[in-house]
Formats: sequence, C-alpha cells, structure tokens
Amino acid sequence: MSVMPRFSVERWTRAGRVTIGVALLALALLALLPGFASGLVIDKLTTLFVYILLAAMWNLLAGYAGLVSVGQQVFFGLAAYFALRLVDLGMPPYLALCLGAGAAGLTAIPLSFFVLRLKGGEFAIAMWVVAEAVRVVVMLDPLVQGETGTSLIAMNSFDPDLRRNLTFWMALCATALILGLTYWLLRGRVGAAAQAIRDDEEASVSVGVKVMRVKQIIFVLAAVGCAFAGVIWLASAITFQPRTNFGVQWTVFMLFMALVGGLRTFEGPILGAVLFFLLQEFFGDFGAWYLAGVGALAVAFALYLPDGLWGAIRKRTGVELLPTGVRMTAGEQPQSTRPRVRSQRPAKDSA
Amino acid sequence: MLDALIQGILLGGYYAILAAGLSLMFGVLRFINLAHGDLAILGAYLVLFGVERLGLSPWLAVLAVLPVMATLGWLLQGMLFARTMRGGFLLPLLTTFGLGAVLQNGMFGLFGSDAKSLGNSIGSLSWDSWQLPFDISLGKLPVITFVIAVIVLAGLQLLLSYTRLGRAIRATSADPEAAELVGVDAATVHRAAAAIAVALAGLAGAFLAMRAVIGPYSGPAQLIFAFEAVVIGGIGSLWGTLIGGIILGVSQSLGSLLSPQWFQLAGHTLFLGVLGARLYLNHAASRGGLRLNLKGAR
Repeated sequence: MSVMPRFSVERWTRAGRVTIGVALLALALLALLPGFASGLVIDKLTTLFVYILLAAMWNLLAGYAGLVSVGQQVFFGLAAYFALRLVDLGMPPYLALCLGAGAAGLTAIPLSFFVLRLKGGEFAIAMWVVAEAVRVVVMLDPLVQGETGTSLIAMNSFDPDLRRNLTFWMALCATALILGLTYWLLRGRVGAAAQAIRDDEEASVSVGVKVMRVKQIIFVLAAVGCAFAGVIWLASAITFQPRTNFGVQWTVFMLFMALVGGLRTFEGPILGAVLFFLLQEFFGDFGAWYLAGVGALAVAFALYLPDGLWGAIRKRTGVELLPTGVRMTAGEQPQSTRPRVRSQRPAKDSA
Repeated sequence: MLDALIQGILLGGYYAILAAGLSLMFGVLRFINLAHGDLAILGAYLVLFGVERLGLSPWLAVLAVLPVMATLGWLLQGMLFARTMRGGFLLPLLTTFGLGAVLQNGMFGLFGSDAKSLGNSIGSLSWDSWQLPFDISLGKLPVITFVIAVIVLAGLQLLLSYTRLGRAIRATSADPEAAELVGVDAATVHRAAAAIAVALAGLAGAFLAMRAVIGPYSGPAQLIFAFEAVVIGGIGSLWGTLIGGIILGVSQSLGSLLSPQWFQLAGHTLFLGVLGARLYLNHAASRGGLRLNLKGAR
C-alpha cells in the first residue's frame, strides 16, 4: 500500500524517514496478520483502527484548523445508516459500506457552507444540533425502527472468519489511506494555511489565505474519516442503534484521545488512541465510573498539559517522528513552549 | 392548537431560566459552558436528594440547593474555568465538555440509571390547572415556572442595572482590563457571574424534574435547548432569552402535534434556520447590505 506520497526532502528529519519506513513495514505485516493471528486479536485491532481514525480526524479539525466540533458523530452515524439503506436496496455489503461512507462524507460539502461560517462555540453546538437533528430524521425511517435500531443482517452471508478478516482489511486500508492523505495535506500548503487560520484568522486573510476553502478541505476530509470509522464500526458491531451510533460519547472519546495524546501533533492522537484502547480494555468494565474518569483525565490534561503526552515528549526530547512543520536548523534548537509557532512557517519555503 | 400554543409559551419560561445562566456566562466570561445542561441535572438530583433523603419539602429543598449550586459555580470558575480561559477559545470548550462527561457518569454512578421525577413530591401541583373560558386550561406548574422566570430575569436586570456588582459585571464583560484599571477585581466578578449562572442552572433543573422525568444523561439535550433559546433570542440579551425560549417552546409544542419526534426536530430546524438567516444577513451586510434590512435596523 504505497499511500505515502513523495515530499521535498528538506523538510524531513532522519527520525521522520525512519518512522515512515517502519510504518510501511508495520502496514505490510498488519496486512498479513489475519494469516496467523487469532480472531480476537483481529477484532481488537479493528477497534483500535476505528479509534485511531477518529482521534486523527478530531485532531485534524481541532488541533490543526481550530474547529472544535461536538457533532462529528453525525458522519459516523450517517455513514452506517447510508450503508444499511444501500444493502437494503440489494447492494453487496462491503461495497455498500464503502459507498455509504463516501456519501456521508460528501454531505459535509453542502453542510460546510453553513457551519464553517460560525465561530468557536457556535460551530461546536451547531454541529451537535445537526447531529441530533439527523439522528431524529434517521429514526423516522421505518427501516431503522425508531429507538430499536436494526442490524446489518446481510453480513451473516459471510463465513465469520472471512467477515472478520475482510472488515480488518477494510479498516486497515481506510486508516492507512486517510492518515496518509491527512499527513500529506498537513505537510503541504493546506496544512500551513489551516494552522495560520487557527492562530489568527484575520492575519491569515491579509496574507492571502483562502480561509473558507482551506477550512472546507479539512472539514470534508475529517468527515470522510469519521464516516469510514462509522462503517467499520457497523461492520464489526453489526447492530445499528441511532442513540449509540449518533451518540455524543464518540466526541467525548475523540476529545480524550486527541487531548491526552497531544493536539497539534500528528503522532499525538495515535498515541492517545492506543492509550484509550488500553484503558478501555482494562477499565471498561467499570462502566460509568470509568467514563467519568476518562472525562476527568481529559479535563486534567486540558488544564495542566494542554499539549498532551506527545507534546510533552517532544518538548523534552525534540523528537519529531512525523514532522508537519519546517525544521529550522540555523542557530540553536527552538525550544519554544508553544511548538506550533515553529510549524506556522509557510510550508512552501523549501519546495 | 391554541392549547399547544399556550403550552409552548409557558414552556418558554423554563427555557428562559435555563438559558439565562448560559447567556450570562457567555456574556461575561466569553465562553460557552458545555456542561450547563449537566449542571442543571445535578441541581435537580440535589433537590431530589433533599426531598427523598432529608425529608425537606420540595420548595425548601430548591431554596437550599440554590446556594450550594452557587458555591459550586464560584469554585468551578475559580479552580477550573479561570485557568482554561487563558488558553484561547479552545480550552474552555474542551474543559467544560470533559466536565460534562464527568458529571453525567458521576451522577450515573451515584444516583443510578433510574429516571426520576419530583412530580410525586409536589402532589397535586403537577396536574392541577386553572380553567379559563373557551375550554383553555392553564397548568399551575407551568404558570408558576413562567412567573418565576420573569421574576428571575427582572431580578437579574435590576442586579445588572443598579447594584455595584451589576456595574462591575457589565464593566468586566465590556473590557476586563479596563475594568481592572478602575478598581474592579475581574476574577471575583467572573466567579460571581459563574455562581449566578450555575445557581440558575440548578433552578432550571429543579423545574425540569417537577415537570418531567430526568436521568443522569438528560443534560446534553437541555444544553442544546438552552443554546437554541439563546441564539434565537439574540446572544447577549437578557430578555432575548425569554423571547427565544418562548419561540423555541412554541415551535416544539406545535411540532409535537405532528409526532413526538417533531418536538425536537421543530426546535432544531428553527434554530438552524435562525442561525442561517443571521449568517445570510451578516453576509449581505458585509457586501453593502440588503436594501430593505439595514437602514431600519441601525
């Protein structure tokens, strides 16, 4: 899967090149994994990919473009719903899942003209209201049966092992492709422009950044990512319940993963997703108290370590495995307390 | 139809109490408290605790809970929100959203998942009504809620207009640094505003629990309704929250004539419509203006 595009060499660190190499190797190994790993491992990894995808998408929005959305579950749920509808029309399940995700992602385009004109908290809550409104509309569909929900029965036509592996490969492909695309985008013009907008919208307008277009690209990509996470979740959970699939808890999880791992870094949310996955494994049985702890931990990070774990590691060691900015080697190492200052430089410098 | 209209208007009273706190906080502290709905539910649970465990009468319990909620607001602002406000607009959103998750799941852990209501404790008040001519019946509880909403808003208006604290609040919301220069302690004012806002959330929660059943996860829906009322009525306007609350309540009440789902959907649609219309007008204004709108408005 050669999804990592080519870049101008000047902006790489040695650690960065090694990381890409390791990532591609890991990708190849993971693709072969269903050959020898147990079904349980495959299932767990599929869940982990969903978390990674969600965390990376939320970081793309909030960390890189300053768009705090409380309504990303709209794409997560809508994609699953579209897939169910397409299967109901007689489409093969996996094709329906992919098309459903694509269609749900595309709904972000008309939506973006509206919500992206809103500022800060208004955007956050408007997205939430959109998610709630869409959930209610979906519940009106007889296929969904209101609160009861439905399930993707067509999946039963596959042998359970084959189904597990197909879902795993779909999750792996989607995660790798979307993360690769995100990374490529963030290293390019759009990434630099988005960060400029996040830090000072008026100033970025004055230097010629097309604010609306840049935000739209980020918003649509994040929607597509969340939509794929939604269909992967549907494929592994089989059941669809509007309150779960459109639940705001997905945003709580995304917030936690991105914040604890480290907003504004590419690596952070992936680390956050792995941590969240482990927490879920060990403490998930505690139910509500565990979720309260997740919320409290997110608040603690927001207060005391707003750059997250990866931000702290990077500040202490200067390591950047997947740099999205420009490394300035002249003079001493920039040890800024606000690492985003460094990544704010126009990305075209070295091109 | 007429009945639904009246129900909707009275429902607006509840939304006004709920939204006033959110609006005050947004006006003074410049951030949207995403845990506002959950704080309302917490207030309701505290009132329930006072009634069921301590044997207080419902109204006494409400009176007792208000200072508790105010203290909580004071402490939250002092220990949590003030820290996050220094970090731009992102951190307050993240923090209050995380706080909401803590409150919801904490209440689930403490009070269980059962839906609860104060309806039983207030006796016949929950179904009593006044009969008016033309077959109109006015529920006593909704009327009381509405009257208290008007009293609360009038009280806030008086507080803001005529008291020392009110002047300090207005000065701080206009320009915190300039207010500090003339001797206002902005941090204290912020804490006071948060205390009032959280107490109002608690009051709203108590009325919600009298009228309906609540559960630990009822908060987010209430936050959405409050925010819708604030936006419909006009952000930063005190009486606007009442007007917004009434419009929201009427649209929901009329929507529920269609089906239960339309109760929510009507409100959401109206909110998104208002937001869209406002954006459109702003957009038009920035390009020279719609001919009819602007001269009159300014």
